[in-house]
Amino acid sequence: MHRYIITRLLLAIPTLAGAAALVFILMRLIPGDVCVIRLGSGGAHVDLQALAMCRSQLGLDQPMVMQFLSFLGHYAVFDFGVSMWSGNPVWQEILLRLPVSLEVSLLATVIAVLLAIPLGTLSALKENSGLDHVVRVLAIAGIATPSFWLGIMSLILVLNVSAAISGRPWLPPIDYVPLWKDPLYNLSIVLLPAITVGYRYSAVTMRLTRSAMLEVMREDYIRTARAKGLLEQIVVNRHALKNALLPVVTLIGIEFAFLIGGLVVTEQVFNLNGIGRLLVQAVQNQDNVLAQALVMLVVVVFIVVNLVVDVLYAWLDPRIRYS
Amino acid sequence: MAVITPTTPTAADEADALLRAHTLRGRAITFARRKPLGTAGLIIVLLIMVAGIFAGWIAPFDPEENDFASMMVAPGLDHILGTDQFGRDIFSRLVYGARTAMIVGFGAAVGGGMIGLVLGVSSAYFGGWFDLVLQRIFDILMAFPLIILALAVVSVFGTGVFNVVVAITIPLVPRCGRVVRASALAVREIPYVDAARALGFGHARIVLCHMVPNVLAPFLILLSAFVGQAILAEASLSYLGLGVQEPVAAWGLMLQGSAEDYATTAPWIAIFPGLAIVLTVLGASLFGDALRDAIDPKLRNR
Amino acid sequence: MSVRIGVLAGLGLAAAIAVTPVWAESPKQGGILTYMIPADAPPSLDAHRETTYATIHTAAPYYSVLIRVPPDNPASTTEFVCDLCTEMPKPTDDGKTYTFKIRQDVKFHDGSKLTAQDVALSWQYIVNPPKGVVSARKTFYEMVDSVQATDDYTVVFKLKYPTAAFLPALADPYAWIYKKDILEKDPHWYEKNIMGSGPFKLVKIEVGQSITGERNKDYYHKGLPHLDGIVGIFAEKQSVRVDAIKADRAALEFRGLPPSARDQLTKELGDKIWVQDSDWNCGNILTPNHQKKPFDDVRVRKALALAIDQWKGAPALAKIANVRTPGGIVFPGSPLAATKEELQQMPGFWPDIEKSRAEAKRLLKEAGAEGLKFELLNRNVDQPYKFVGTWVIGEWKKIGLNVEQKVVPTGPWFSNMRAGTFDVAMEANCQSVVNPVLDTGKYLPHKVFPDNYGYYDDQKSIDLYEAMQKETDPVKLRAAVRAFEKHTMDTEVHEIMLPYWYRIVIGRSYVKGWKISPSHYLNQDLANIWLDK
Repeated sequence: MHRYIITRLLLAIPTLAGAAALVFILMRLIPGDVCVIRLGSGGAHVDLQALAMCRSQLGLDQPMVMQFLSFLGHYAVFDFGVSMWSGNPVWQEILLRLPVSLEVSLLATVIAVLLAIPLGTLSALKENSGLDHVVRVLAIAGIATPSFWLGIMSLILVLNVSAAISGRPWLPPIDYVPLWKDPLYNLSIVLLPAITVGYRYSAVTMRLTRSAMLEVMREDYIRTARAKGLLEQIVVNRHALKNALLPVVTLIGIEFAFLIGGLVVTEQVFNLNGIGRLLVQAVQNQDNVLAQALVMLVVVVFIVVNLVVDVLYAWLDPRIRYS
Repeated sequence: MAVITPTTPTAADEADALLRAHTLRGRAITFARRKPLGTAGLIIVLLIMVAGIFAGWIAPFDPEENDFASMMVAPGLDHILGTDQFGRDIFSRLVYGARTAMIVGFGAAVGGGMIGLVLGVSSAYFGGWFDLVLQRIFDILMAFPLIILALAVVSVFGTGVFNVVVAITIPLVPRCGRVVRASALAVREIPYVDAARALGFGHARIVLCHMVPNVLAPFLILLSAFVGQAILAEASLSYLGLGVQEPVAAWGLMLQGSAEDYATTAPWIAIFPGLAIVLTVLGASLFGDALRDAIDPKLRNR
Repeated sequence: MSVRIGVLAGLGLAAAIAVTPVWAESPKQGGILTYMIPADAPPSLDAHRETTYATIHTAAPYYSVLIRVPPDNPASTTEFVCDLCTEMPKPTDDGKTYTFKIRQDVKFHDGSKLTAQDVALSWQYIVNPPKGVVSARKTFYEMVDSVQATDDYTVVFKLKYPTAAFLPALADPYAWIYKKDILEKDPHWYEKNIMGSGPFKLVKIEVGQSITGERNKDYYHKGLPHLDGIVGIFAEKQSVRVDAIKADRAALEFRGLPPSARDQLTKELGDKIWVQDSDWNCGNILTPNHQKKPFDDVRVRKALALAIDQWKGAPALAKIANVRTPGGIVFPGSPLAATKEELQQMPGFWPDIEKSRAEAKRLLKEAGAEGLKFELLNRNVDQPYKFVGTWVIGEWKKIGLNVEQKVVPTGPWFSNMRAGTFDVAMEANCQSVVNPVLDTGKYLPHKVFPDNYGYYDDQKSIDLYEAMQKETDPVKLRAAVRAFEKHTMDTEVHEIMLPYWYRIVIGRSYVKGWKISPSHYLNQDLANIWLDK
């Protein structure tokens, strides 16, 4: 097992290097640069001298290879650079926005799990019944619905319903307050986006729970347990569910890793000051340094989560061993 | 505890059933009867395809024609689903949008699937360094945010449906490659591959004739999922302004920008394209699910 | 609820230039104004180096300027009043010297006195920045020879030549007065920090979220500001801003919302909101790439202009987009702007559109460019770029042209224009203070004005512009402007002017004291605002 973990960690290094190269190249393929956007944004005059000065201050006039080596070199000593747009250190920009994204992600996960596991299990137990069909359609609808569209529709709904009930239209607040300062206010901001994202998340999990349960229920040892006369409830809870949940847990882990990146559109709809929105801003402003840092962050999270999930899976299921 | 009364089939019935089971028509009918949801899904997708192909005949208006005299008209007799902020008929745009959705959906799915299939199987077959490097490339592409890929493709090659298809194909390749590789690995261990090599069969022949047919099942299921994912990806990209551009008719584009702004005064602008996306992806997914249930040998005898 | 004030005479244009309310009551003191800034945070807080309105909306309330447009009549295009000076000076020395007397009761927020040295140094950094310091509008001040503080309360500007363009340029809303000591010690300090003498003092900045200020009790304009404090929230998405006003999470935003938002909010909130609108000193222009065939042929360019039905298109677009008034090269609200009769001579403005389009088709045929197919390069911004682009393409279709819109994000849009790899580009000419002489510099050939992307060589253009620049007699100036306009829009069709933008600001009705101006950069120090709550 230790050898497995170490091998995976070693393999992560070329992955990271490859991701760094890819984002570096892609960002520079885009014509224009952060200086042009910053100085020319008003649609008015762009002073060529100011442009040249801005470029040299940000190191954009260096040859590509130099820029790339400098990028790698700094990352090797954990110096993630300074945002080309705002001048603030990258880690500071990210740290400021992490709480919102994390909160939405975690809340979405909780909602997803609370919905998916009971519904998926019930659906499997009562296979092909009316409930099963309804749950399956709901789950597939969850995967089929664009999350930003769902967000827009939900905002309209909330606005109109609140206006109809109380006469005054209610909307989530637009200024963020952290959870410990005012939990209710904070929840009123985070709940709607979490539900929007959580719906899709729960849909995916629900489907997997259902199919995993179905598979497990067919296993011989379940038949034996029933034949022994055990209560159906115990059969389900103690034997089936535990084994079915294995792949489900790994899926929850993997989907969580994708969530962080997937928050991009949701944060746009709800105007949340999170990582997803930061990425969109960095890309639109062609802030190479910030975009690179964010992509590397996403890749690292992806690799770590994948590793943790695989190790967990092996640890929980004694049948699986990695050579 | 249900009491099961077995019905005794007559010999004629048995022969009939056997015959039916092996014709394509027979298989299709069996499928339709046992998987009503899947069939419904297939019908939906087919309807959308027909709408896309025959858009010129079905759509009453030119989807790109501005009509400043009838901007944001509510659904009614003249325009069944209303008009958007430029006065363009929404129903016509939906129908032509079906064409774009099919091009993007199938284009990206098939493209990503094919490339993923070849890479995944080769990766499993050859193993070694090739496999190692390819897996790392897959890791990178899977973790990479689609928005940057799309922006780079769009900025360098310009907008246009083809470039959007390219941008969306890229993240689909590793997802397919992974799954195909896992299935192919299972096949690789089977003795007849080694036997084939011993007999002197070429790499290409073994890969194409022996390994690919065995991974076909998960591959096809993945393809049907990809169609839906590609359409959703196009919607997200267009929403962020990086996908198809005005004035092309595309469902994702119809949801961008103005649809949100007019959401309370002219909600039909945002509702119908969204419903179209949901319906199409729903259909593709239902069909894909049913397909998996039908093909997966473990679940076949239910 | 809005009260029309009136049209500037002699222009012959039907619409009112600015619609502003009149508040009869006297201002109340107190209250906190929550407003929205329609941008993600600005790149820096230093107005000298930035060009985005985000910087202005974020930090203008904390600073003073030398002169400015009058806060109670910001729509005026000819009047300027003092902020830090005591009275508007008359130029001496044949119009080449302006002597400003500075108020003696101004303090920076840290308590130190503001003197002429601070004003002079700030202006020196704008006009002639030292090495390593960026001044984004340096070229506006080419007419300035020197700026000196002759004593603690006198600043003297010496010009190289007299020009009507100087005072409007001096009233630039980005020309904040910084503290001399700080500038000399670290000119980059102002990028992340605020130390001004304006009506509000900084309380805190939450990066990417909001900026909070409180009343400056030592403000030199007595009785101001009325508000106790202000909170600016960054909200880039339009639907968020509209919903926030609807739910009263914020009182207003200062850039401008599209007609759909106005219609929606008026319908739902009635008299809980007010609407002010005005023509905007911004307009889209179409720039054909003179280096690319067949746009090097003036007949083709003229045909492009003749196809567009400006008079009918503008009002139709005004219902869905932030454009309204067709105009020439000068902002429609300025006394120097063309009258309707003068405009009707220009291609695209002919009263008979059928005749115009027939002529366009004839010119195309003559130039051998019938059924021409090309790409329109446009910026990926909805309002109004994409709307106007879609409209223009529709108009060109009517003379048989087959045009595709290539919409790209801002960075590539700029790059393509600067590289000259486009056919026809949709751009914008956006200025703050209405300064027709300087504002039209954009239509000069590229080698003189690097911001022009038409890539044409035209000495006559340069001559006409210089004549305009040096002319101070109002009647002769108007003639010079008309000559430059005709040359640019008709004789050579270097640029095609599209309808000027249309600014619609919507606020909750308890917000009073703010009046709209032709530019979202102007009148943003918020000192006059009071809350009727």
